[in-house]
Amino acid sequence: MIDFASLLTTDLVGLATTRHAYLLFVLLSTIGLYMLIANQNLVKKVIGVNMFQTGIFLFFITSAYRVGGRAPIVEGAGPYVSPLPQVIVLTAIVVGISLTAVGLALSIRLYNEYGTLRADALREVIGDE
Amino acid sequence: MSDVLLALLVTVPLLTAIFPLLFGLRYENAGWPIALAGSLVVTAMASSLAWEIFTAPTEAGQRLVHEMAGYPAPYGIELVGDGLSALIALLIGVVSVAVLIYGRSTGPQTNAFYSGLLLLMGGLLGMTLTGDLFNLFVFLEIVGLVTYALVASDDSGMAAYGALKYLFLGTVGASLYLIGVGYLLVATGSLNMLDLQARIAELGYTDPLVQAAFGFILIGLMLKIAVFPLHTWQPDAYTYAPDTVSAYISALVSTTAAYALIRISFDVFTVDFFAANPLITDAVVLVASISIVVGSLLAAMQTEIKRVFAYSSVAQFGMIVVAIGLNSRTALLGAVIHLVGHGLMKATLFMGAGILSSAYGATTISDYAGLAKRSPITSGGLAVTGLALVGIPPSIGILGKWYIALGAVESGSWSVAIVIFISTLLTLTYVARIIETLYFNAPPEASHEEAAASESVDHVAAADSPVADGGHTNRVATERIVVVAVLAVSTVALFASVDLFTELLDPVFGRFFQ
Repeated sequence: MIDFASLLTTDLVGLATTRHAYLLFVLLSTIGLYMLIANQNLVKKVIGVNMFQTGIFLFFITSAYRVGGRAPIVEGAGPYVSPLPQVIVLTAIVVGISLTAVGLALSIRLYNEYGTLRADALREVIGDE
Repeated sequence: MSDVLLALLVTVPLLTAIFPLLFGLRYENAGWPIALAGSLVVTAMASSLAWEIFTAPTEAGQRLVHEMAGYPAPYGIELVGDGLSALIALLIGVVSVAVLIYGRSTGPQTNAFYSGLLLLMGGLLGMTLTGDLFNLFVFLEIVGLVTYALVASDDSGMAAYGALKYLFLGTVGASLYLIGVGYLLVATGSLNMLDLQARIAELGYTDPLVQAAFGFILIGLMLKIAVFPLHTWQPDAYTYAPDTVSAYISALVSTTAAYALIRISFDVFTVDFFAANPLITDAVVLVASISIVVGSLLAAMQTEIKRVFAYSSVAQFGMIVVAIGLNSRTALLGAVIHLVGHGLMKATLFMGAGILSSAYGATTISDYAGLAKRSPITSGGLAVTGLALVGIPPSIGILGKWYIALGAVESGSWSVAIVIFISTLLTLTYVARIIETLYFNAPPEASHEEAAASESVDHVAAADSPVADGGHTNRVATERIVVVAVLAVSTVALFASVDLFTELLDPVFGRFFQ
């Protein structure tokens, strides 16, 4: 069970100053997710998905960080930041771009077919329950 | 230790995917033979993989490993083939061949479509064989992207709408999965499944980071599997996609995602994790049980035939997820059998529905009135497979359900057994409705007269009945009917295969339930 008392006594100021990147990850992701759900414009929904994913990329990059670490191109003395999350993010960015491309292409097709980019209008035309 | 067959299984379809487009520049109809050749090769390799594992004398021989590019395990990516993944790989191969033969004369016949199908096959096989969590994400997204494109390959605006809806929800699912993988990476510093298993055990199963990671992975994959209430993309995607694509993705895409959930639950988190977190286990069982009942109810309420089958998938996958939460060896055996069986049955049902829709334009249940007289083989296939889906013996449908229910009773979850029973009754209501309409309802009077009249004057379209074009019959290629008949017979014949399943899966489950 969650210990609510200890949750309250957590050093919130300390959290905001030392872990701000993680807070930003949560903020970015939730804003993106909210945009995907609440915004009726298809293109803005695609942007929302992008923001959601960008938040996750930020989380990975942050997790690789170490104080005084250098880019993980191994020559000379360390310390280096962890290379694995960086590789993961590179791959995930490529995946994200492909998704954006497919999403936008489908939006264009829908616009050509129905003349609107609004999800609520489309639902009405298609008769989706 | 290195088994090249595993690497070939993934790379052959991915590389072959280039050729339909490449040869398409010169020859217009190059796509189909290339895609068929590719899927035949995959089926042959998957069979030989399964045979190799089946006949392996030692424990080590039953778990084949290939280290990609020769990097050793915790650092490099490894492909793993055991009884479970060989079974799913074989299913992918067989369904691909069946769908391609079925789709020769129908569906989108562009070369891009065949390239997409091969890419999808490669992605699915990658998901099945990989032993690395991030690699699984990449293949999950390859599968996702190609599926969106294939759903949209029907020219209608509705298909694009279904595909876009699928894209939004599918991406969120994959991203949530990625967050879960990220948490595991932060907690343990590893991505290799077997390595993670040891490190999570070291860390403790009640570590909040591990719990959160499982939560994200679970929700993400449930979105991909389409378990209620995360199923909203699925009926639209299956309904608006071309018939060939509906059959293919309904049989394989959710199936592989469910396989991935089984693999991660038992190979990475292990049964001890479930034992240490009863709250998570109960939540999985509860959500899946609701999915079984609501999915069956929604399916029984539909009038459009493809939607009936789509919602029925929501219920069937609920059963598979429930087996993960039940934490019993018997139930998991049932889940894997049901995974394979459901794939074959849904492919058959969607193909059968596709034949009736292209022959008579029948897309709703009421359109099916009396069609059994006009196309007996397809209707017979639909009826047999439908009854198999209900779980009437002898069929593969009863095997899966039986073992899941048996596992539920063994582990004392009577409520789950009751839920499965209720869902069986609900499945019977909608399958019986289809069979009744096919065999015992007389075709509407109007279509008889029109059929006679249409010989002289073509005034069929003027009639305002739902089967306005009932008089028109488009010829359906014979091989489509043959595929449906063969698959329908196979769902019955596989009733005898339970010993094969147990023998193939025994070493895998031996590791899962030590």
